[in-house]
Amino acid sequence: MKWEPVIGIEVHVELETQSKMFCGCAVDFEAEPNTNVCPTCLGLPGALPVPNRKAIEWITKIGLAFNCSISERSQFHRKNYFYSDQPKNYQISQFDVPVCHDGWIDVTVDGETSRIRVNRAHMEEDTGKSIHVGESGRIHSATETLLNFNRAGVPLVEIVSEADIRSAAQARAYAQTLRTVVAALGVSDAKLEEGSIRFDANVSIRPTGTEAFGTKVEVKNMNSFRSLERAVDFEILRQADILDQGGTIDQETRHWDEGEGVTHSMRSKEGSSDYRYFPEPDLLPIEVTDEWRNEIAATLPELPAARAARYMGLGVDADSATSLAGSDALTAMFQSSLAAGAPAQVAANWLTGEVTAWSRRAAIDIADSALTGAHVAQLAGMVAANLLSSTAAKEVLGYVLAGEGDPETVAAAHDLVQINDSGALESAVDQVIGENEDQFARLAGGEDKLIGFFVGQVMRVTGGKADPRAVTDIIRSRIG
Amino acid sequence: MTNPADLTLVEAATALKAGDQTSVALTEAVLTRASLTEAAVHAYLTIDRSGALAAAEAADRRISKGRSIGPLDGLPIALKDNMMTRGVETTASSKILAGYIPPYDGTVVARLREAGAVFVGKTNLDEFAMGSSTENSAFGPTRNPWNLDTVPGGSSGGSAAAVAAGSALAGLGSDTGGSIRQPAALCGLVGMKPTYGLVSRYGLIAFASSLDQIGPLTHTVEDAAIVYEAIAGHDPLDATSFPGPAPSGTERLGEGVSGLRVGIVNELSGEGIDDEVLAAFRTTVQRLASAGAEIVELSLPSTATALSAYYLIAPAECSANLARFDGVRYGLRVDGGTVDEMMSRTRADGFGPEVIRRILLGTYALSAGYYDAFYGQAQRVRTLIIQEFARAYEQVDVLVSPTAPAPAFELGAKTQDPLSMYMQDICTIPSNLSGHPAMSVPVGLSATGLPIGFQVMAPALGETVMFQVAAAIENLSDDIGRPVLEVVAS
Repeated sequence: MKWEPVIGIEVHVELETQSKMFCGCAVDFEAEPNTNVCPTCLGLPGALPVPNRKAIEWITKIGLAFNCSISERSQFHRKNYFYSDQPKNYQISQFDVPVCHDGWIDVTVDGETSRIRVNRAHMEEDTGKSIHVGESGRIHSATETLLNFNRAGVPLVEIVSEADIRSAAQARAYAQTLRTVVAALGVSDAKLEEGSIRFDANVSIRPTGTEAFGTKVEVKNMNSFRSLERAVDFEILRQADILDQGGTIDQETRHWDEGEGVTHSMRSKEGSSDYRYFPEPDLLPIEVTDEWRNEIAATLPELPAARAARYMGLGVDADSATSLAGSDALTAMFQSSLAAGAPAQVAANWLTGEVTAWSRRAAIDIADSALTGAHVAQLAGMVAANLLSSTAAKEVLGYVLAGEGDPETVAAAHDLVQINDSGALESAVDQVIGENEDQFARLAGGEDKLIGFFVGQVMRVTGGKADPRAVTDIIRSRIG
Repeated sequence: MTNPADLTLVEAATALKAGDQTSVALTEAVLTRASLTEAAVHAYLTIDRSGALAAAEAADRRISKGRSIGPLDGLPIALKDNMMTRGVETTASSKILAGYIPPYDGTVVARLREAGAVFVGKTNLDEFAMGSSTENSAFGPTRNPWNLDTVPGGSSGGSAAAVAAGSALAGLGSDTGGSIRQPAALCGLVGMKPTYGLVSRYGLIAFASSLDQIGPLTHTVEDAAIVYEAIAGHDPLDATSFPGPAPSGTERLGEGVSGLRVGIVNELSGEGIDDEVLAAFRTTVQRLASAGAEIVELSLPSTATALSAYYLIAPAECSANLARFDGVRYGLRVDGGTVDEMMSRTRADGFGPEVIRRILLGTYALSAGYYDAFYGQAQRVRTLIIQEFARAYEQVDVLVSPTAPAPAFELGAKTQDPLSMYMQDICTIPSNLSGHPAMSVPVGLSATGLPIGFQVMAPALGETVMFQVAAAIENLSDDIGRPVLEVVAS
C-alpha cells in the first residue's frame, strides 16, 4: 500500500532572558552546578513564583513572528507529574489558553513552498538536569543520579505545529526555518547541540488519499536537523513495514539512536499520563494588552523570509539569499559588504561559498573572524579589475580570514597580483617566442595544441601572475 | 499586679514605652509561662529561647535609646509552624519535614522581625494545616487551656492555645477554611482572616493556594488590628498580592455601630448550630441592635454547597502543593530500589492519614474524566458564592454568624469521623471561597465554661468596617477573662 506521512513538530525554545521564568536567578548554563538556585526554583516549602515580564514579551514576539493571534488574557496551569529533576513535581505551563495561537510559517523544500500552521506557542518552565552515574549513563543501570537545578525554571516556549507536514525533508525545513526565525528575534541561543532549542516529532502514516489519522508516535532525542530528518524517515519506514505486514502501531514515545540510526521504544503511552492540569492558583492570568502587543510588534526585526526576498530584489540568487538571510553573522557581513561597495551577487557568492566553508572548517564564527565588509568589497574590486585570478582570490581570502591583513596588503605580500600591464605581458610573450622559435613555427603552422605550452612558459616567466586569457590573446596576435 | 504574660499587646507596648517593663522581662514571663504550661498544653513544637531573648535585648536597647520601631517592638509573638523562619526548624507538624531548617524568612516573618517583634517559637498545627482540632499533628495534639480535655480547634490550635495560656502575647495563624477563626472561637480569642491577597503568602507552606491567608490571634480586637496592619501590604514576591494599600485596621475602632447595617446569614445561624452558641449569637445581635445597628436577615443559599465545593478545591490544590515533598531535595527520605519507589515510600511514611486522604481526594477530583464534574463544578459553585456575597454586601455593611457550630469538643471525639470534623468549618469556609475578610470575637462562655465566638464578615477590602464592628461587639460583650490553669496557679 502507498502511505502518506502525517507529521507534527513540537519545539522547545529556551529563552535567553537574564533571569528565570518565576524567580530572580540568573540564566547561565556554564555556572557551577546548583549555584543559580533559590527557594522558588528549588521548590522549597513556602516559595512562590512571580512571572518574568521579559519572557512574556519575548513569547509574544515569537508568536507575532509566526503570525499567531495573541491572547489578551492567558492562563498558567499546573502540569502534574513526579520526576526527580522537577522540583515541585508539577511544571507551571499553559493548557487551554496559551499566549499565542493559530499562526503559520511558510516552508520551502526543493523550490516548493508550503504553509505549515502553528497551533500554539505557550510559556512554561524548564526542569533541572539529571546526570545518571553508572555503567551506561542511562537511568536503568544508574547507581546514582546527580541533580543540577541551574536549568530549573528557565523560561521555555513550546511551539506546536499542526500535523501539516508530509515528509521528513519538510520536517527538517520547518525546523530549520523555525530556528532561523527564533535566532533572528534574538530571544534565544537557539543552539541544537546545547539543547537551547529541542525538536520532537509526532509521526503517523495513513493510506495515501485517506483523511483519518493513524496512531502517532512521538520521536525524541534528535540533536541536529540531519538527525531529525533521518529519524522521521526511519519512523515512516518502520511504521509502513509494520502496517504492510498487517501489524498495528503502538502509541508510544521513541528515542532516536543516532549511532544505530534507529528509534527505540522509551515508554508506552498506553494508559497515558494524566497530567491533571488545573489553573495555577499562585499566578494571575497574563495580560497582553493591545497597546503592549503593538509595542512589541514594533520591535520585531526584519524576519529572514522578508530579508531573503529583499536580497533577491538586489539580484542575489534564491539559495544564496536564503542562506544569507538565515544567519545573523552572514547578514551583517553582507550588509557591510554592500555598504562598502561590493556587488550583491559577488559578495553573496563569497560569503555563502568560501567564507562559510572556512567558518565550518575552522569552527570559527564568521562574526568572530578578521573579515570585514570592506575586505569583501576590496576583494571583489580586485577580481573585477583583473588584479587577482579567481584562484589567487581564494588564496587571498584565506590569508585575510587568517588575520594577515586586508586583501591588497595580503596579495602584495604573497606576490599574487596579476600582471595587467599589456606592455609587460607582450614583452614576456615575445621573450618566450624568442627562446622557442622552433615550437612557435610549428604553432604558426597549425599545431594548435602548442598554445598551452606557450601559455605555460609565459606563466613561468611571470611567476604565475599573468592572466592566461590575456596571454593567449597576445600569442594568437603574434601568429596572425 | 498582672503577670506580664497576661498583658495585651497594647498594654505591653504602653508599659515598654513608659519604662515599666522591658522586652526581656516580657519575654522571660512568656517563656516561664510556657515552661509551666507546655507539658499540659503542648502549644509549641519549638521554643527558640535564645533567639527570643536576643531579639528582646535588641528591642530593649532600641527602646532605651528612644528609638522604638513601632507598636510591636519588643513584644513576644508565636508563629504557626507552617511559616518559614530562617534557621529555626519548620515542620508544618509533619514527619516529612521533621528537622527541616529553612534558609529564608517568609515575608510576614520578615516584616514582623523588622517591626521588632520577638519570636517565642513555632506552634503546633494540624499537619499541613489540614484539620480543625490540632489532633492531626505528627508531634502530638495541643490541648485547650480552658479545659485540657478539649481541643483548641485547628488548624492554628497551637498559636491559639499559646496566646490563651499566656505563653505568647499574640500569635499568627493561617486560615484556609477557618483555621484562625475556629480556634480563636474555641480558645476565647480574637482571630482574623484578611481579604485574600492583603497578606503575602510568600514563605507560608501552601495548603490551598487560592484560599490560604495569614492573620492574627490576639486577646483584643485592637491587638488584632495592630498585628494585621504590620503584616498586610503588597509583596512583590507573591503574584497574588493586592497591589494597592491595605485598608486600615485601627482607624474606626472606637466608632461604634450606630447606623451600620448588619446582615444575619440565615443559612449559617440555625441548623447544625449548638443551642448555647445560637443563644450567645442572638444576644450579641440584640446588643448590636441596641447600639444602633440596623439588623437585616439575609438568605445566601449557595453557602449550603460551600463545604462541598471547599472539599474539592482545597484537596485539589493541596494534591499539587504537597507533591514537592518527595525525599529528593530535603526532609524525610525513605530509601527504595528506584527513585520512584523512594518517593512513594517517603510520602507513604511521611504524611499522616488526613493529609493522605486529602491528597487522594484532590488527585481524584482533578483526574481526566472527573475534572469537570468535581473541580470544575466546585469552581462554578465558588463563583456563585462570590456573586451572592457581592449582592448581600450591596444591602449590608457586614454579615454576621456564629464562628464555630459548638464550643470546644473533647479530644478524640471527632477523629474517627472526618465529616463531622469538616462540619466545624461550615460557617467559616464561605469567606475563604469568596476571598473576603472575616474574624471571630469572643462573646461569652458556655455553661461548662468554654468560650463562644461570633463571626463578623465584610466585603473585600472591608477590614476597616469589620474591625469597627468587632470592636463594638467586644465592648458590648462581657469579658470572658482568662483560662485558669492549675499548673500556673499552683
